[in-house]
Amino acid sequence: MSLTRIYGLFLRHFYLITRSFPRVLDLVYWPTIQITLWGFISNFFATHTTYYNNAVGVILTCAILYDFLFRTSIGFNMLFLEEIWSRNFTNLFIAPMKIGEILTSLVITALIRSLIGLVPAVLLTSPLFGISILELGIFLFFLFLSLYIFGITLGILVSSGLLRFGPSFENIAWSTMFLLAPFGCIYYPIDTLPEVFQKIAYILPLVYIFEEARNILINQTVNIENIYNAFIWNALYFTLSIILFYYSFNAAKNRGTLINMGE
Amino acid sequence: MKNLIEVKNIKKNYGKKEAVKGISFNVQENEILGLLGPNGSGKTTTIGMLLGLLKPTSGQIFIDNLKLENHRIEILEMINFISPYIELPKKLTVKQNLNVYAKLYKVQNIEERIEYLSEKLRIGELLNSITGELSSGQKNRVSLAKALINEPRVLLLDEPTASLDPEVGDFVRTFLEEYKKEKKISVLLASHNMSEVTRLCKSVLMMKNGEIIDQGKPDDLITKHGRSNLEEVFLKLSRSKNEFN
Repeated sequence: MSLTRIYGLFLRHFYLITRSFPRVLDLVYWPTIQITLWGFISNFFATHTTYYNNAVGVILTCAILYDFLFRTSIGFNMLFLEEIWSRNFTNLFIAPMKIGEILTSLVITALIRSLIGLVPAVLLTSPLFGISILELGIFLFFLFLSLYIFGITLGILVSSGLLRFGPSFENIAWSTMFLLAPFGCIYYPIDTLPEVFQKIAYILPLVYIFEEARNILINQTVNIENIYNAFIWNALYFTLSIILFYYSFNAAKNRGTLINMGE
Repeated sequence: MKNLIEVKNIKKNYGKKEAVKGISFNVQENEILGLLGPNGSGKTTTIGMLLGLLKPTSGQIFIDNLKLENHRIEILEMINFISPYIELPKKLTVKQNLNVYAKLYKVQNIEERIEYLSEKLRIGELLNSITGELSSGQKNRVSLAKALINEPRVLLLDEPTASLDPEVGDFVRTFLEEYKKEKKISVLLASHNMSEVTRLCKSVLMMKNGEIIDQGKPDDLITKHGRSNLEEVFLKLSRSKNEFN
């Protein structure tokens, strides 16, 4: 692994973001709107239902966590799509970069992109709604880390599809998170789902993450097993995504997708 | 002279379609080899295989005696490519783009290298311009600067002067001639511009339907086929029904 090459690819996206005010605005705008909206919804439910009683920020906290996941996944896909849209894809793949270096660079850049959007939005929650996500304590870090890994995993899976099938796979890039969201039990407990859906939900790390966030905020207790399960599933899916990416890269070399990408 | 590119019986099939049917050729140090052929003859597929973007169905490629299959990264460090069909990120400035690629190729003295290329390719005044806002001729020179950022020993050119006006086209050809002479690099040039090929190439390969149908020095091919220039030779071979040689 070459840090210079990883930094080089990071720089390409850093320049892109910092050169354009609309791009920075776009990164901050949607999380802020999303979190403001869910802040008001959260306040309403907190005062009108017993389930969220004494836990004003449950919905809003889950909305922030979900938005982080969403931004990480979409952010990773955007970085990959950016190369296709700018017809720079071939230049990137004829540069002496290892696949691991490309992925590492995109993983770091996706995190920074997500944080640019998330931090201002999170800072808004305290003065606007009197809620601090930091109430989750040290476990907040583990929940974020778990979501970050899953977001990156989804990004790598979608990028594998782009490599394998070309730009026609682009629409899938936008819809993955929406497909998984109902099974993630972001805003409701898992027993809300029909039994068959619960079985699907239990093989996703999301359900453990959001169940645990609610558990900490509502019951003021920590169930380490949830965090542990989330990491186990994450490790499995992340490994699978890396294997699939390498497989797709080789398949693209056989099919000629790399040479025609962006045309 | 040493062979920097050695292609041994490479084939590329897409399913049942044979895009390249077992071709072999070498490119020596300090040589420009022309790769000619009508659209769909297998030129781009051949270049794609040399760049490691396509995996040959069979056959072997060696760059500076290193087998591409086993030394992809080392080989990519010493080659580069230019084509009008790929572009540099449009929103970045020229200097930012060159800086990024210098890092990807782990160039040591980046500022010095950019300065050298800026002077040689007359892009000094463009360094702070947005790449997407440049004219075709300016973009072409910037792409050439990117292609030379790593001081490649092997340069693959796919229609490097397509869509350029005669003045810029001539500037690029003159630059390539001088650069090759100075650095003793090997160049594989795929082009539809026959006067360009006649001027730059020591020898040419004529491809059709994935095969090499003829090869030799431009003047020898013109004499051999009884035509007055390379374009006529190209047309004769392109229109023939595999009655080669």
